[in-house]
Amino acid sequence: MAIDTALPPTPAPGHLGGARPPGRTTDRAFRILAFAAGFLVLVILVLIAYSTISKAWPAFRDEGLDYFTSDTWDPAHAAFGTLAFSFGTLVISVIALLVSVPISIGIALFVTELSPRWMRRPIVTLVDLLAAVPSVVYGLWGLLVLVPALPGFYQDWHDLFAGVPVLGGLFDGDPIAGKAFMTAGLILAIMITPIITAVTRETFTTVPQAQKDAALAMGATRWEMIRAAVFPHSRSGMTAAILIGLGRAMGETIAVALVIGSSPQITEKLFSSGDALPAVIVNQFGESTGTYQAALIGMGVVLFFLTLIIGVIARTALARADRKLGAP
Amino acid sequence: MSAVMTPSPPAPPSPPARGSVSSSTASPWRRAKSAAASFLIVASLVVALVPLVLIVGYVIVRGIDSISWAFLTDDIPILSRSEGPGMGPAVVGTLLITGAATVMAVPLGILGGIYLNEYSARSALGRAVSFLAEVMTGVPSIVMGLFIYSIWVLRYGVSGFAGALALACLMLPVVIRTTEETLKLVPSDMRESAYALGGRKAGTILRVVLPAAAPGIVSGALLAVARAAGETAPLLFTILTVNQTNTNLFHGPNTTLSVQIFRNAQQVFPGPQERAWGAALTLIAIVFIFTLLARGLSAVFARKHRV
Repeated sequence: MAIDTALPPTPAPGHLGGARPPGRTTDRAFRILAFAAGFLVLVILVLIAYSTISKAWPAFRDEGLDYFTSDTWDPAHAAFGTLAFSFGTLVISVIALLVSVPISIGIALFVTELSPRWMRRPIVTLVDLLAAVPSVVYGLWGLLVLVPALPGFYQDWHDLFAGVPVLGGLFDGDPIAGKAFMTAGLILAIMITPIITAVTRETFTTVPQAQKDAALAMGATRWEMIRAAVFPHSRSGMTAAILIGLGRAMGETIAVALVIGSSPQITEKLFSSGDALPAVIVNQFGESTGTYQAALIGMGVVLFFLTLIIGVIARTALARADRKLGAP
Repeated sequence: MSAVMTPSPPAPPSPPARGSVSSSTASPWRRAKSAAASFLIVASLVVALVPLVLIVGYVIVRGIDSISWAFLTDDIPILSRSEGPGMGPAVVGTLLITGAATVMAVPLGILGGIYLNEYSARSALGRAVSFLAEVMTGVPSIVMGLFIYSIWVLRYGVSGFAGALALACLMLPVVIRTTEETLKLVPSDMRESAYALGGRKAGTILRVVLPAAAPGIVSGALLAVARAAGETAPLLFTILTVNQTNTNLFHGPNTTLSVQIFRNAQQVFPGPQERAWGAALTLIAIVFIFTLLARGLSAVFARKHRV
């Protein structure tokens, strides 16, 4: 690093602002500028909350609690109950987590415990590319490739589990459709796998080698070592990873909007069409005015605060994981 | 924490041939369980990579035929069901809007990161801002679209600039956090040497610290650009859509590749679907180039600062 050329002993006045004593004004101006840029984060977050709540207020005021607890969404008759959409968001997020979490933990374990050294970086790059694919491309692929192919598969699945107490009810449709809760959940699972993998992997790499070696020296098999040394150490980090994945799943809009079918209903049948909060916003915003639009912006408010709360809990868990390591 | 956006090399030194000794003394049942776990771990990797291969493969196969010079430059057909090329306005719009967002978000983000690491690393406010920036990376992009719609579009109307504002809000926390994380890795000896030579804080940061951290910061910025270029949800009601190229960032509706994919995917005719695949290939190419460039740079940075 060429410090000597980078910083001459006597700062050129022209370069540092030319004030006398040299640089003091620049110094102060730069400090204020940097502070303003950092403070911008707070300003934006407050502005998001204020502006969206104020625009959504007519809907909150007119509907009251019904906005959250009613499942009647009928813009023509000014009925704006969002329960069916919240239900859809919950269902597809849970499906996505159930599919994605075990896979992500598996990949993270592979990279940290199993893979030869030379394979690690290529695998991390590949999983990151999965994250780089834009959500609209997932949506396009889901809509034009997955949706036509899935009903037959869903039908087989349904026949296989028909009569099984709980699963028989879940693996059903009303009717069985390609655009369904399950389809949206599966697409989301693909999309959140990279982020859950990244956070989990980061946590696994912080497990002290001594603890792993100790487990192996006691005669543990690799799997027993993972259960005895890696998992207990990584509990906070894994919780955070799951929450961050949940936040992503709930807010994901475009891919879900294309494959969920846009027919709000509350049902336990996962192969039926449904709808979700962000999907409703993009699909209906263009035709909305007045209270209708306020109701749609209100769903944005709900999403904002849900993801904010989940984010705060997740980052707190991560900070706790860092503290346990004695990091500053 | 930085795992979210900054790719860091996963490289804890591991001793050779772990596990082999111990498993030979374990009972067959325990060894079988461990083998099964290893199998499932490898299987999970395969399961995750199948969709990547399928999606990228599909986009390449379906999109490659559409790509031509005319496809990248011609206007979008007025009658959406008609066949043939035309994504020019979307290519221009993507470059223009993402570029404008970058110009706004990257300098501010770097300044914010400097504030967090160089000026307020120990203060409560600094830690709060850093925490909230991290949380802000998880705010859904659709919410940013609604936000800009509420404070900008309702007053000044739709424009490419409104879309760029929404994208900039998404990029800002990413750039801030990656800058902060990268600056943390610059050895404090460098700062102290600069002070010892009579450097002031601003000069030291601008001429010593930032150059040392440049590859890492640029890598973070590129990742933010890649993410923004693919965004659709915050643009749908801030820029609407057009069929002719609109180079005026501040006036009138605009369009991007992502928005065109969303609109054309929902058409049942083959013409628009072909255009959607072509646009998807173009977009994926742009995004992957930025992502791989970012990874390359962060590898350079990691090598330079290896302890």
